[in-house]
Amino acid sequence: MSGLIFAIELAYWQQTLIKVLVAAVLIPTTALILGIVFLFKMMSWMQSRMGPQEAGPRGLLQLAADGLKFLQKEDIIPDRADRFVFKAAPVVVLASTFLTYVILPAGPDLVIENLPTGIFFAMAVSSLSVVGVLMAGWASSNKYALMGGLRAGGQLIAYELPLILAVMGVVIQAGSLSMQDIVWAQADGSMFGFGGLGLPFVITQVLAFFIFMAAIQAELTQPPFDMPVAESEVVGGFHVEYTGFRFLFFFLGEFATAFAFAAIAATLFLGGWWVPGVDPNSALANVVGPIALFVKIMVVAFLIFWFRFTYPRFREDQLQRFAWKYLIPLALANITITGILVVVL
Amino acid sequence: MTVTDSQKMAYVAAQAADARVNLQFETEDGMTLNMGPQHPATHGTLRIVAQLDGEQVVRCEPIPGYMHRGYEKLCEVRTYPQVTTLINRIDWLGSFANEVPFILAAEKLMDVEAPPRAQVIRTILFELSRLGNISLFLGDLGIQLGGITIGFYAFRDREFVLNQIEAATGGRFHPNFDRIGGLKDDLPKGWIAETHLAMERMRRLCDEFEELVLGNEIFQARTRGIGVIPTDIATSYGMSGANLRATGVDWDLRRDACPPGLSYDLADWKVWTHPDGDSYARTWIRLQEVRESTHIVDQLLDSIPAGPIMAKVPRIIKVPEGEAWVATENPLGEMGYYVVSKGDLVPFRVKIRSASFNNISVVPWVTRGVFVPDVITILASLYFILGDIDR
Amino acid sequence: MPKVPGMVKGLGVTFRTMVETLKPSGGPATVQYPHEKEEPSPRARGVIALHEENCTACMLCSRECPDWCIYIEAHKTLAPPRRAGGKPRQVNQLDRFAIDYSLCMYCGICVEVCPFEALFWSPEYEFSEVSIADLLHEKERLGEWMETVPDFEAYEAGSEAKGKKVPR
Ligand code: SF4
Ligand code: SF4
Repeated sequence: MSGLIFAIELAYWQQTLIKVLVAAVLIPTTALILGIVFLFKMMSWMQSRMGPQEAGPRGLLQLAADGLKFLQKEDIIPDRADRFVFKAAPVVVLASTFLTYVILPAGPDLVIENLPTGIFFAMAVSSLSVVGVLMAGWASSNKYALMGGLRAGGQLIAYELPLILAVMGVVIQAGSLSMQDIVWAQADGSMFGFGGLGLPFVITQVLAFFIFMAAIQAELTQPPFDMPVAESEVVGGFHVEYTGFRFLFFFLGEFATAFAFAAIAATLFLGGWWVPGVDPNSALANVVGPIALFVKIMVVAFLIFWFRFTYPRFREDQLQRFAWKYLIPLALANITITGILVVVL
Repeated sequence: MTVTDSQKMAYVAAQAADARVNLQFETEDGMTLNMGPQHPATHGTLRIVAQLDGEQVVRCEPIPGYMHRGYEKLCEVRTYPQVTTLINRIDWLGSFANEVPFILAAEKLMDVEAPPRAQVIRTILFELSRLGNISLFLGDLGIQLGGITIGFYAFRDREFVLNQIEAATGGRFHPNFDRIGGLKDDLPKGWIAETHLAMERMRRLCDEFEELVLGNEIFQARTRGIGVIPTDIATSYGMSGANLRATGVDWDLRRDACPPGLSYDLADWKVWTHPDGDSYARTWIRLQEVRESTHIVDQLLDSIPAGPIMAKVPRIIKVPEGEAWVATENPLGEMGYYVVSKGDLVPFRVKIRSASFNNISVVPWVTRGVFVPDVITILASLYFILGDIDR
Repeated sequence: MPKVPGMVKGLGVTFRTMVETLKPSGGPATVQYPHEKEEPSPRARGVIALHEENCTACMLCSRECPDWCIYIEAHKTLAPPRRAGGKPRQVNQLDRFAIDYSLCMYCGICVEVCPFEALFWSPEYEFSEVSIADLLHEKERLGEWMETVPDFEAYEAGSEAKGKKVPR
């Protein structure tokens, strides 16, 4: 382990401070990047438009401008809302996103906290956002928000299971719950004896990858699974009553979570920060790693948003049926097969 | 102060209307959801009160009237040329088609007939407004179902149709181009060739719609078997147009009872029907109709006869005494005008029969027991224009 | 060949459109409005221009307008004779001619009924105002629109309509 900055020894509180700051900067930035690149630009191109053009060069600062606009807006809390819960809900949602970032490795040493049970932790905290969503839906004292919140609750719980089961396959193959170890397992792996490309788990875990993609689409409440926020049915769902910076919290939360899930998918299935040809033990990996991870995240995010802009949405009961009847059995089958193969080979 | 009988009646009517709405609100079991008048799915200001049991609809009632503009009454104080400017705004997406039946009724009363050239061009514009209307339906259906991309495609390609309407009439939305005895003006040079191109674009939109929405498994899961309207229910509610054809009734006024003044017989085309009567069938029918419409326009464009565009009519139009009823197959269904004239500058009474009012009145029947999202698909696939409900 | 599932086909459509939009030969379907403008067709009903010399204050337009948004005031006056030695003619001198564009519904009846070719459509569409009262265009403003009135287009083959000219 070399590299100049890593040689400096810092007190625990100093490390913590730096880590918190990094996460605090990272979350809005990543949300902005995804919002601009995919929500604004790619969606526009797919719809024969150019997207925002005015704010900043080629409109790239549009989302920052929108964020500023949200900050100026009046903060309206409905009269009959449960004020405390109403205010707390966006924070809970954002906090769950915040915690997910903790375990994302961007290089051999670039990780906020390399937990031995990293992926388990990520799955656990990401499901916290359900609580925030339910709180928002309930506290708004709005029928649409309530319906949206309950739909979201049902949906997120139903899709937590395939998500975790899909991850299980990878975990079994890597033999570890730590995100770093999963990356190492892919870097050390080999395809039919050829180790040059390592073994990204997307090759052995195709099924798990698809289940994972479908499940995160549902976790993010994006089309085709966006009934909790369906604007033509429940007019925005749980965040229908939110304005100004509280709405901004939900917005940031949504896109930062999208980024986090894309990062998890990239790490689990595409090899994370690892690049073929770069020695994972060298200092170079700490420089190339974040870039490689970013590129991989963008690929995954492209897929996520491509589905989002193409598909109509399911109905709530169809979605539940899809999860319980297809995704979960498939994921279980995947685990069984992986388990047998790992033992046999 | 004395209260007249009519005032009393009005009071009673208002009370009765209120009572019915309030009754729905004050339910003990379940939840009453008030969709609209400002709800994105009711495109316009239709209000729908749904009594829910969880996500399931127990009762659902549309409450129209939030956009009532009193056109029937306004027509009584407008001269015949002025009336077309008003009725343009009934179904605002296919506005030229609104003018035609009224003008035909007036022509019938005055016993004039538009010259052949005017008739063909009138039919072309009629079909163009149908295209402008239904292509928006294709996009709107996608938006209501959450696939917003097709909405943008529809707007993009609809623009070509609107441009053609504008190039000929001067108005994109409210052409006000149809006149008693012909049309206001002749076509500008190069219009025919450009319209052919626009028809190409529309056909491309249809293909894209088919690939992006109609063929999508999610869309089929959302629409097949949802909102099934059997034939007898459809006819007893007085439904018309594509909604009726989707229940398997082979009925099209353009073919069956085309009033004189439109020249559909010059083109070779087909009336599509679908046996299912569900939301999918209604969508499918409309998609085929757009295709068929482009073919009608293409054929008619090549058979525009030479000649004058206006018959001889007096400058000041006085319609002789009499009554006339003319109905045509408008984009949304059967639209008819019953015009009573007392030989004046203004009509004595105009009764407007617009399609959406009847089409939407089936909603309480068809939404029993469906889920809330299905209410949205059913409304979207029934396809109403609010101005066409309320007038 | 097995049937391609509809969901995959849909992805193809959106991807194709994205490539199409980004290709230099394709480009987006939209225009960047304040920087580029769409050209409406010459017949487009944008704003009404008044050719004041032709107007005889006959009030036909104002009477036929469906929502009565044309205001005309005039008085009788003597104009110099057309030929030398002739009698002075009695003409209507236009004092005020205003169209209230906040009421106008752009139906075109006024332009159509004017017997003296004093009103014309211009496709100009950028005359929105901050205050609704400014939408009342007096005759000077209406006269300025005359410059933007395009020539009438030629007619399509087979037409018997007579071509018209815009007085300049
Ligand atoms: S266009 Fe129609 S509404 Fe406008 S001023 Fe002329 S007649 Fe009146
Ligand atoms: S109809 Fe023509 S001439 Fe008569 S007042 Fe109006 S603009 Fe002037």
